[in-house]
Amino acid sequence: MRSEARRDDGPRAPVWLRVLAYGGLLFLHFPILMVGLYAFNTEESAFSFPLKGLTLRWFRAAAEREDVLAAIALSLRVALASTAVALVLGTLLAGALYRRRFFGKEAINLMVILPIALPGIITGIALLSAFRLADVSPSFWTIAVGHATFCVVMVYNNVVARLRRMPHSLLEASADLGADGFQTFRHVALPQMATALLAGGILAFALSFDELIVTTFTAGQEKTLPIWLLDQLGRPRDVPVTNVVALWVMLITAVPILVAWRLTRGTEDVAGSSK
Amino acid sequence: MGTSSPMALPASGQPRNRLSRLVANVLYRHGTLYLLLLLTPPLLWFGVVYLGSLLSLLVQSFYTFDDFTMGVTPDFTWANYAALLDAANHDIVLRTLGMAGAVTVASALLGFPVAYYMARYATGWRKGFFYIAVMLPMWASYIVKAYSWTVLLSKGGIVYWLVERVYLMPALEWVLSLPGVGGSSLSTSNLGRFLVFTYVWLPFMILPIQAAIERVPGNLLQAAADLGARPAQSFRTVLLPLAFPGVVAGSIFTFSLTLGDYIIPQLVGPPGLFIGNMVYTMQGSIGNMPMAASFTVVPIVIVGLYLTVARRLGAFDAL
Repeated sequence: MRSEARRDDGPRAPVWLRVLAYGGLLFLHFPILMVGLYAFNTEESAFSFPLKGLTLRWFRAAAEREDVLAAIALSLRVALASTAVALVLGTLLAGALYRRRFFGKEAINLMVILPIALPGIITGIALLSAFRLADVSPSFWTIAVGHATFCVVMVYNNVVARLRRMPHSLLEASADLGADGFQTFRHVALPQMATALLAGGILAFALSFDELIVTTFTAGQEKTLPIWLLDQLGRPRDVPVTNVVALWVMLITAVPILVAWRLTRGTEDVAGSSK
Repeated sequence: MGTSSPMALPASGQPRNRLSRLVANVLYRHGTLYLLLLLTPPLLWFGVVYLGSLLSLLVQSFYTFDDFTMGVTPDFTWANYAALLDAANHDIVLRTLGMAGAVTVASALLGFPVAYYMARYATGWRKGFFYIAVMLPMWASYIVKAYSWTVLLSKGGIVYWLVERVYLMPALEWVLSLPGVGGSSLSTSNLGRFLVFTYVWLPFMILPIQAAIERVPGNLLQAAADLGARPAQSFRTVLLPLAFPGVVAGSIFTFSLTLGDYIIPQLVGPPGLFIGNMVYTMQGSIGNMPMAASFTVVPIVIVGLYLTVARRLGAFDAL
């Protein structure tokens, strides 16, 4: 019984390695937990530790702030619009690139990754310069267009990985049984891709919801939630509300990320891939 | 349609819809046409929006900015690029590069043990736990993460409190007095800025390394052990070379993200611009888009060179 359990655990790590690994995790989570704690802080304009006392009153104060709600609404709308565009473009790209080899394939691949591989400031100022040149004034749409451009890669990566694991024999079998391309897509490929699409969509949504650097260039006077937070950092008197909104933002993004993780977990063994 | 399972599809003899079947067959026979139809929308989007923007940026970097009228005219000039060689601008580039390099090295050193433990020792629920525990901070809001450090590092805040508690205040004061590292307080020192950068980009380093170690077959290490290598030897001569592309892949993120950041340098650390701040102020308050554009070419070239080297080192297969 005991030896069995030990085999499941694999080899034991040396103590120093465990200390470093868990220490790393602590480093990653400590600041986030602290912001969560400060949301309950009674003190209004400083960050002294230990806290002077705990209160829930800032949650109500934040919920009554029109500017907070407007910023959240704008961020949600932008994320929805850019995710929709990313889903369509990402799926088309994945369908074109997953199996076939053709001239320029590498270049297309690079072009899709570039918006997140290059520093955000480059994408941001490039878009701004183009919008100015074309006399487009900043609005909801300029933000969404910028976000969609770097969200495509999230959908593309997820869908292309899934398609590559899907055995091509499934599609051939469908054709042999008399289905045309549309039917095969609808009844065979789409169900196989569904969770990858959902996961990619969620990641694209989360990416857009949190994006700050590109947005500061394309937003003009509009205030998305990250921009609102950035502005807040220059307002020391408003610290309690900032803390509460920071906690909200953490929670809003954590849930979809966990869902996306559940959706893509264990998809290495798609039905039939053993053949 | 109305059918829910592939088993119940209409037989090929009775097409349910002549037109869609005709289209499907044409697309099936003409693979190139099909490919073209799939690729046109994304290529149009990326071509117009993204490459078009980059091109317009490049074009504007050759425009002329008039210092007196504060206006931009489309007259060709090299002046913006020549201005990059000024000592002040030179400093900005070096300062940013130094920070990006330091953050990359620190992330690799901190991230490797975590990734190694995840890939080699964490099994069962621990594996999932570690994965989520790295994923969540990675996806957590960037601005909230940066903000959390202004809270932690503030005077009277938790870091100062902890340092006081373990009687290391003199040590901290000594570190802060070092030139290049220190400043009057943690939140106005390069050390503080470095901590925030490392914190924010660390998960981007851990995950590629973890994936690279995960791909090293366990029997390679067993073989090394059978051939008489001590654990440290097989780590150094077998695992490390195979995991290195993962480190390079992670470093693309940490390096490139630090290089283009202009928010964290505003929030934490001593005065002194980064490339990103320069670009932002040039286009914003000064309105000198040509100079901002030519400044943007610097990180593009640096990241381009970095990617070329990374590709040589096999990092792209580890992404």
